[in-house]
Amino acid sequence: MDSTVIFTVVSLSSLGALSAVILYVVAQKFQVFEDPRIEEVQNALPGANCGGCGFAGCRNFAEALVKAESFDGLNCPVGGASLMDDVAKLLGREAVAVDPLVAVVRCNGTPTHRPRTSVYDGIPNCRVAHSLYAGETACGFGCLGLGDCVVACKFDAMYMDPVTELPVIIDDKCVACGACVKACPRTIIELRKKAKKDRKLYVSCVNKDKGGPAKKACNVACIGCGKCFKVCEYGAITIENNLAFIDSTKCVFCRKCVTECPTDAILEINFPPRKEKVEVKASDETIA
Amino acid sequence: MRKKDTRVITNKRDTVLKTFPVGGVHPPENKLSAGKAIVNLSLPAQVVIPVSQHIGAPATAIVNKGDVVKVGQIIAASKGFVSTNIHSSVSGKVNKIDLMPDSSGYKQMSIVIDVEGDEWIDTIDKTDMLKKEVTLSKEDIVKRCLESGIVGLGGATFPSHVKLSIPPGKKCDVLIINGVECEPYLTSDHQLMMEKSEEILTGVTILMKGLGVEKAMIGIENNKPDAIEKLGKLTEKYKGITVHSLKVKYPQGGEKQLIKALINREVPSGRLPVDVGTVVHNTGTAFAVYEAVQKNKPLFERIVTITGKALAKPGNFRVRIGTPVSSLIEAAGGMPGGTGKIVNGGPMMGKALGSPEVPVVKGTSGIILFPESEAKRTKSNPCIRCSKCISVCAMGLEPYLLMTITERALFERAEKEKITDCMECGSCSYVCPAGRPLLDYIRLGKSSVLKMIRERNAK
Amino acid sequence: MANILSVSLSPHVHGRETTPKLMRDVLIALVPAFLTTIWFFGYAPILITAVAVISCVVFEYLIQKYLLKGSKTINDLSAVLTGVLLAFCLPTNIPLGIVVVGSLVAIGVGKMTFGGIGNNPFNPALVGRVFLFLSFPVQMTSWPVPKGFLTGYTDAVTGSTPLSVLNESYDKVPLSGVMSNLPGHEDLFWGNMGGSLGEIAAGALLLGFFYLLWRKVITWHIPVSILLSVAILAGILWLADPVNNIDPLYHLLSGGLMLGAIYMATDYVTSPMSKKGMIVYGLGIGILTVLIRRYAAYPEGVQFAILIMNAMTPLINMYIKPTRFGEEVKNG
Repeated sequence: MDSTVIFTVVSLSSLGALSAVILYVVAQKFQVFEDPRIEEVQNALPGANCGGCGFAGCRNFAEALVKAESFDGLNCPVGGASLMDDVAKLLGREAVAVDPLVAVVRCNGTPTHRPRTSVYDGIPNCRVAHSLYAGETACGFGCLGLGDCVVACKFDAMYMDPVTELPVIIDDKCVACGACVKACPRTIIELRKKAKKDRKLYVSCVNKDKGGPAKKACNVACIGCGKCFKVCEYGAITIENNLAFIDSTKCVFCRKCVTECPTDAILEINFPPRKEKVEVKASDETIA
Repeated sequence: MRKKDTRVITNKRDTVLKTFPVGGVHPPENKLSAGKAIVNLSLPAQVVIPVSQHIGAPATAIVNKGDVVKVGQIIAASKGFVSTNIHSSVSGKVNKIDLMPDSSGYKQMSIVIDVEGDEWIDTIDKTDMLKKEVTLSKEDIVKRCLESGIVGLGGATFPSHVKLSIPPGKKCDVLIINGVECEPYLTSDHQLMMEKSEEILTGVTILMKGLGVEKAMIGIENNKPDAIEKLGKLTEKYKGITVHSLKVKYPQGGEKQLIKALINREVPSGRLPVDVGTVVHNTGTAFAVYEAVQKNKPLFERIVTITGKALAKPGNFRVRIGTPVSSLIEAAGGMPGGTGKIVNGGPMMGKALGSPEVPVVKGTSGIILFPESEAKRTKSNPCIRCSKCISVCAMGLEPYLLMTITERALFERAEKEKITDCMECGSCSYVCPAGRPLLDYIRLGKSSVLKMIRERNAK
Repeated sequence: MANILSVSLSPHVHGRETTPKLMRDVLIALVPAFLTTIWFFGYAPILITAVAVISCVVFEYLIQKYLLKGSKTINDLSAVLTGVLLAFCLPTNIPLGIVVVGSLVAIGVGKMTFGGIGNNPFNPALVGRVFLFLSFPVQMTSWPVPKGFLTGYTDAVTGSTPLSVLNESYDKVPLSGVMSNLPGHEDLFWGNMGGSLGEIAAGALLLGFFYLLWRKVITWHIPVSILLSVAILAGILWLADPVNNIDPLYHLLSGGLMLGAIYMATDYVTSPMSKKGMIVYGLGIGILTVLIRRYAAYPEGVQFAILIMNAMTPLINMYIKPTRFGEEVKNG
């Protein structure tokens, strides 16, 4: 055997052995002890790092869950109730029932409803346009249509409709993480309680001007007349600053307010068409 | 090619035209209304006076619907130290106190007055006679500025009595008067300097007394040789005031650049001029102070330049606060067909209006009408890293970098790169060959960084 | 009926400079050099430049449209400029197919892979040139000698360039003997020497430099810094050992230094942004050029020097900042 080969084998093997020893010693000495359950919980979480739970990523949330006494206030909107149940089983705790939410755009200021009185010429960023001026219309509260919310959505649940110039939320994909709510400089988007069959009933306006200027700017604006408030038997509607608001946790979808509203500011989505009362007149009866 | 700068030296100690060393651009001057004598604009039928026309807390309305008011009567009281009073600019009846759109389109609490006649309160001296003797004491001068609602008329609208109140521990040795008017198109300060020269110089003397300094320097850009000569000759009669010509370069009128050019002191980043021993006031403000102190006249009217290439009669008007901009446009010959943009202020830093039905306020120095051909921005192309934005930045920043950092939301880095030093003069966007909206991004970055700093300090 | 007004953030006016105007000025500045080279080499330069420009523009258009799926960018004339500068680095007898390959690499690899204009770290024309130099060493190192402007494309006679002769002679024979056979300073200045299309006429290139300064397309910092550092380092070497080194003026006028210093190194995208940074960048290029010429195996070092310093540009931009107004006061 060549002495070179033996020398090579021996020197490389001893180098390897030395490295292994050093690595082992260092790993042992500088080891960070951590609760193994954090890793388990983290694996159960979706891993989207969207921030919807209010923590900086799934890892952070997992740590919080393991440390927490109860699950009060801790919820992953992406995984929803089923995920929280699984995590609860892992940690031997009770899951707190949380209503699923969905994001809703509370503005219906399309070009036909809300005429454009100027043209915005600048970078397509809602925050910038909002800080510059009231917008291309006479309503200084309404949607600017530049899409900060669409950019913020990490779940591909939003797109900008080119005809209405308003953002559209795809209910199936929306996980109510709240990113779009934070991105909108005018807080037009709201997280409302999700109802069966994706039904929604809400005041599609955030204009706080008095009725006159509000209606002049947009013909489907809420003028704060209070008729909806008077007709609601469930106390779900409040009027503040010339604007009506329907509490999604109290609304039972009776739809009386929708018919009462003089400007059609309240929208009902995914409801069946109402039955029309048919009046039978004697002269209409036909004899087969 | 620009017209060559001809030297106009009035001050014997100046051997060269003073200027600031770093950056600057030379937009075409377009002083269409230069030399047009100031004309009083006829009273409108109704004025809309917002309660917040200044930096600081909005004033509180002290009149009610239906009250009869006279010209010069106080209608809103200052709230807090950094705030000031608002006075009625017309006589008539208060129509309502309601949210009305201001120049940004957003609605603001305003006092709407239906105009009837032109009756002034009797404490105002309506005569035109020059009154040179200053009888008020230092403290009373500061008090009179607050009472009369004097704010910086250069456009910043900072309450002047606050500027005259030097914080304890700091001292001031020279007053600087900004007669630069570096923005293209605007001529109101120039015209005022020509027509009311001695009044302005008396106003400067009053400000000197109010501040407690012996020396005042008036800086005027070299494209106003008549003003430099006239004021230069007159200052021989006024102790402590000197006039200096400045090289024509935008943004010479910026506070920090003016201080650097005139007395060669650099205001440190994040600090105020008082930290280098000086305070800067606009010539229009000096005139308003003269009227307030010598004639007991509060601030309810100002000189506004109305101009534009397609406008029939560009000019300088004396306008009552609260007059709608549309009246001003009418007086200048009416809105030309094909107007694409209306700017409140100068073309480099002014704000575009969404509609001309907004009121003239204390900070309105000029209204510019742009034809459609000049109203749209140039198309934005990728950055070619030519570094022209760096060579024109008067604050020594790197606009291309601030733009890229803002696009990527790296706000901590933006703070380190001193994005908050940006004075938003617009030179970088002006010069960019690729047509990039640099200032848009920098503004976005600035507001995000300031928000981040506020949240950090709140913790 | 009220006009619909346009609302934007300030400023509401814009200067008159645009990217195509800047590129056009550089092309105009290259015209004297182009005319000189036609005078000495015949109509071959016209053919090569035309092929280079057309292929660069076509490649950029195709890549932008079909691969990057972006909007049209050839209108900013930067592809035209890359084509011209690439052609100026090539010998006049180069086969046209190689020119096309060089254009593809210059635009495709040097510029488009990084995302188009503004994003490339290396000068695209130089990337193309170095690629050709390494892939086709024979064709790229056979330099025609000037034969007058009636020379046809295929009539070129090749010979050695001053730098290639010097490269072989350093430390082997005393240079004084070699120098007598090489073109003198005057020939180098006016362009009567062998070399690539664009590098021969130092005088014509300098004329273009003054044009660019007048039109404010570039500032003096980079070219002056490069030429000064070459002159100083070459001067030091020459004073230390006049037998084995040539004088600094010869260094300045020979090879592609003038072309590189004025037109390649000043490329906006790949050079530093602050004035102090530009001087450091120029210093680096100058030193590297002299060292490669004198001590390394290659006769000409400018292309490598510029590419190496291009790699340093982000570092220079990071650490060398322009002077801020009102630097923070340390106390009080």
